[in-house]
Amino acid sequence: MIIRGVRRLFPGLSLIIGLAVICVAVHLTGDLLVENALTEALVYMVMVVGLWVFVGNSGIISFGHVSFAMVGAYASAWQTCCLAMRGVFMPGLPDWLLHADVPVVVAALLAATLAAAYAAISGVAIMRFGTFSAPIGLLSLLFVTKTVYENWTEVTAGQSSIVGLPLYVDVWTALGVACLAIVLAHLYKVSAHGLRLQATREDQAAARASGVVVWRERMIAYVLSAFLFAIGGILYGHFLGTLAVSEFWLDMTFLTLAMLVVGGMRSLTGAVVGTLVVSAIRELLRAGEQGFDIAGTTVAAPQGTQEIALAAILLAILIFRPLGLLGDRELGIPPLT
Amino acid sequence: MNTIQLLVDAVSLGSDFALVALGIGVVFGVMRMINFAHGDLITIGAYALVVPTAADLAPPFIGAWPGLLLVLAITAIVTLVALATERFAFRPLRRREVNSATLLISSFAVSYLLQSIVLFVHTGRPKSVSIFASLTQQLEVGGIRVAWVHVVTILVTLVLLAAMVTFLRRVRAGVEMRAAAEDFMMARLLGVRADRVIAIAFGISGALAAAVSILFVSKTGVLDFRMGVPLAIAGFVGTVIGGMGSLVGAVLGGFFLGVASTLLQALLPEDLRPARDALLYGLVILVLWVRPQGLFVAGGAGERI
Repeated sequence: MIIRGVRRLFPGLSLIIGLAVICVAVHLTGDLLVENALTEALVYMVMVVGLWVFVGNSGIISFGHVSFAMVGAYASAWQTCCLAMRGVFMPGLPDWLLHADVPVVVAALLAATLAAAYAAISGVAIMRFGTFSAPIGLLSLLFVTKTVYENWTEVTAGQSSIVGLPLYVDVWTALGVACLAIVLAHLYKVSAHGLRLQATREDQAAARASGVVVWRERMIAYVLSAFLFAIGGILYGHFLGTLAVSEFWLDMTFLTLAMLVVGGMRSLTGAVVGTLVVSAIRELLRAGEQGFDIAGTTVAAPQGTQEIALAAILLAILIFRPLGLLGDRELGIPPLT
Repeated sequence: MNTIQLLVDAVSLGSDFALVALGIGVVFGVMRMINFAHGDLITIGAYALVVPTAADLAPPFIGAWPGLLLVLAITAIVTLVALATERFAFRPLRRREVNSATLLISSFAVSYLLQSIVLFVHTGRPKSVSIFASLTQQLEVGGIRVAWVHVVTILVTLVLLAAMVTFLRRVRAGVEMRAAAEDFMMARLLGVRADRVIAIAFGISGALAAAVSILFVSKTGVLDFRMGVPLAIAGFVGTVIGGMGSLVGAVLGGFFLGVASTLLQALLPEDLRPARDALLYGLVILVLWVRPQGLFVAGGAGERI
């Protein structure tokens, strides 16, 4: 019984152990810059694992999940940001929110629940779309959300930024949340709902004929994935300490999708590994833009190389390894999948 | 604002969106891929008008050439870029028979790559360029004043649509393209060359993107490295609400979206106007909820087994 349980959880558990080892190792080196980069990577990992719950299991690409990061991050800011300045940044908040001082954990859970509810409402329509129209429907959702938040100036500060979110995200918080996200995602993958959704990914007609209600399975994954992605967005806000609507747009969409695809979007291990790989590449390119000292002279790549190189690397991986670095594989023994 | 002026504006924007949707629809037909990079082809066409420089003020380059030469040069450049994306990104992917999700992500990556290159060369600051300046003058008929540029946009769109119809009906390559869109495997078995028909589709979509760049810049005069994004989104949504895989549907879908956008802008109360796009695209999601197969296709045109 216990052995079965461990075996069932193995891919999730081994990922967690691996991540913990990396975090401890980086912390011991005492290099704050690397630790900071790792924290950022773990924050993105929460989003990517969330994205994977929907995209990986359903096979439908989502260009809209960043909406949930935005909804979550702002909802958390409404509850926790800068009591003294809140009325200045967000004068449109109702009185009970304007003076509320919600503990950050409760605030995060409430905010992510709001995002999940947003997913549930939008999903009623979008989860019924076809394979080609669903990604565009999700993109429309992002467009709608962004336009609303950009113009809802009284509570989002519109085109400018909200500053002063409590900075509670260090490497250990990020690690803890990422691990929880991985466990949830893994449990979903091996659950009956996860298996049914994977069946619709492989052969929708056969799954339908076996009694799977496609839109319902998609909806469950979509809501869970929106919740996790929102948690990632909330951490992102409390990691940076500032929020701007323009952060939650195509750059973040591209980055999270790249992280998902590089490792292999069909496997949870792939999502985790992809996040680490892409984050590492980004850091290297960023360092390259700042320049290296070679024999006394600074050699720096011009500004903007980072984005070009990242897009080129992603394209190359897609061309040479269309299923990502890991393809279908998970860590450990996968007799259950 | 006068009703007729409003209608001309609406039809003009509808024409732009229809051309974008047609360009996306042509590629979708033969490849079953929504080409994200289409918007960036439009951006590239627009930026080719000015000298590539990081400076704030970019002197016109091709934009200063005489009209006909300008149109030909921009069309050639954008078509070449479109063909290059096909040759170096999408063709290798197709050879590996990747699934549609991977193709979609790749087109997103190509789009991001093109955007980053434009950003790299021209920087992110918006620039301005004026082409066909005489088109901004007003045409006055019976007390109604309409900018020439709108009239020209509508006329050019009609000409391009007519050319497209002729091509698809009368020219062998066009007929092959329709056959490939209908059933790619069957068309190949009957002697249609896959690489050629897809390259032609990309070429046509590039030429259409070039037309949109020129029309759009002569309207606005502003260049921005993400100027293609909203246009492309409008095009995707146009093809989707028109019904995926139907070119007539794509044109009508794009047209409908442009008209609806202009009318909303004019008819919405003042304080709701900035959120027009939210309303419009929210509406689109609702439309697709009611008719997932699209507005302009027959009911039974779902995915076949």
